[in-house]
Amino acid sequence: MRYAMAIDTKKCVGCSDCVVACQTEHNVPIGYCRDWVVEVTDGTYPVLELENRSERCNHCENSPCVRCCPTGASHYSEGGIVLVTKHECIGCGACIQSCPYDARYTHPEGYVDKCTFCNDRVGKGMQPACVAVCPTKCMYFGDLDNPNSEISKILALRKHKTLIPEAGTQPHVYFLI
Amino acid sequence: MKEEIIVSGRMNPNIDPVLHVWHWEIPTYLFLGGLAAGIMFFAGLFYIQGKENKFRSAVKFAPFLVPVALGLGLFALFLDLTHKWYFWQLYTTIKLESPMSWGAWVLMIVTPLSIIWSLTYTQELFDHWKMNYPKIYKRTKWVEKVIFKYKLIRNFISGAAQQRKTMAWVMIFMAIILGIYTGILLSAFNARPLWNTSILGPLFLVSGLSTGAAIIMWLSKDSVERKYFSRIDLMLIGIELFLIIHMFMGFMASTQVQIDTAQMFLGGEFTLTFWVFVVFMGLVLPGILEFLEFKGYHLPVFIPAFLILFGGAMLRIIMVEAGQASRYLY
Ligand code: SF4
Ligand code: SF4
Repeated sequence: MRYAMAIDTKKCVGCSDCVVACQTEHNVPIGYCRDWVVEVTDGTYPVLELENRSERCNHCENSPCVRCCPTGASHYSEGGIVLVTKHECIGCGACIQSCPYDARYTHPEGYVDKCTFCNDRVGKGMQPACVAVCPTKCMYFGDLDNPNSEISKILALRKHKTLIPEAGTQPHVYFLI
Repeated sequence: MKEEIIVSGRMNPNIDPVLHVWHWEIPTYLFLGGLAAGIMFFAGLFYIQGKENKFRSAVKFAPFLVPVALGLGLFALFLDLTHKWYFWQLYTTIKLESPMSWGAWVLMIVTPLSIIWSLTYTQELFDHWKMNYPKIYKRTKWVEKVIFKYKLIRNFISGAAQQRKTMAWVMIFMAIILGIYTGILLSAFNARPLWNTSILGPLFLVSGLSTGAAIIMWLSKDSVERKYFSRIDLMLIGIELFLIIHMFMGFMASTQVQIDTAQMFLGGEFTLTFWVFVVFMGLVLPGILEFLEFKGYHLPVFIPAFLILFGGAMLRIIMVEAGQASRYLY
């Protein structure tokens, strides 16, 4: 099993509902976020192109954060989800330095925190909170190893990219373009 | 004009807008680790060469600073941890892929080793103080009494003293690992283009050795020893400059993110601090002073020694700071 997520940049309107859903679901402290929206505008006026991306931890297959963690607090769990075990984390910051996407932050309680792909919800057969709440239905989640899953189908159908592939992290969050 | 505007909704403390997770603690840890490695390296090396009486400060006295430096360094690392009371988790696993992990274990081996090495020279240190610094001796006499009061400790010390040769070899080996580790700790992070160069390992090792030599030079009261270490320093300064130039050549010949990184030092925000504090004050100036010394002009030794220590500390502060500011843009 390999969990992955795809976000349709053509459908995303940048409403940040996913951000709020995540903050509510996980009790993310105020002023912090595990997912966020990036808007990239490029081109030459008046011919401009806009891309909206809902970003989060990419649950990389070759995660530098897991590699650099001295205690094993950062680890791969079921389906390749990258998680942090709170009571093993010493808060050294090595994983934060090692993530090219800056997807992690230090929780006010001291341990390092980030997106969990809602592993608890997924374990119960539900969608991650951000995917479930998206009003434009622009996010897809599922198992890459299952050719009939929603995610496999959409990735087979649509052109897509990952972020900073040159960093060699093999992200599991795809952006449909 | 073609433009690209990126707007991100993320504003996590210490992450945005510029990553700033590591503050003064990590550079301090790296500096003290490098310094300890430098002192241990020379102590081991000159002991094996049979020069323990020629270079007394290097072999016998400077190593007393090693456990102090390592202790303070580890304390700085501890202060850096945000989930402090779980720090013992570091010592429940060994993860070879994580420099932070094997570094913590290296320190676990090196610290007791340096303490034992120092213990075997405690008697000589007190004799030295008794002769040359009676005031210090008077104040610290009780320490000597406590240490040598128990037969068990006396036996342990004399037993350890017979193993100095083995210890010296281990010290040289561990010093090189420790010195390189202080650089590898950073270069393992490929997410930060400035750190992602394997030159940091040798660069920090050489810089650590030169700070070690500077301390020995400073401590020594013997002109032969001082001259010798000042020459070692001169050589190390040369190597360091060479490595720094190579580092920038490597960046300039690499990908866009690394070219951008080099620009931070070649006109960007770190230009002044790096070239003035690290290169000029920390390398070129002490280099010139030592060269003059070599040519027979006498200068107070603490000036080049201080400058080298200052440069070593600045190198680490700036590398940690600038590394966090260097990033992939996407
Ligand atoms: S995005 Fe960052 S935190 Fe997430 S798995 Fe990849 S490297 Fe680790
Ligand atoms: S901060 Fe915690 S999760 Fe991150 S590398 Fe250190 S111990 Fe591991």
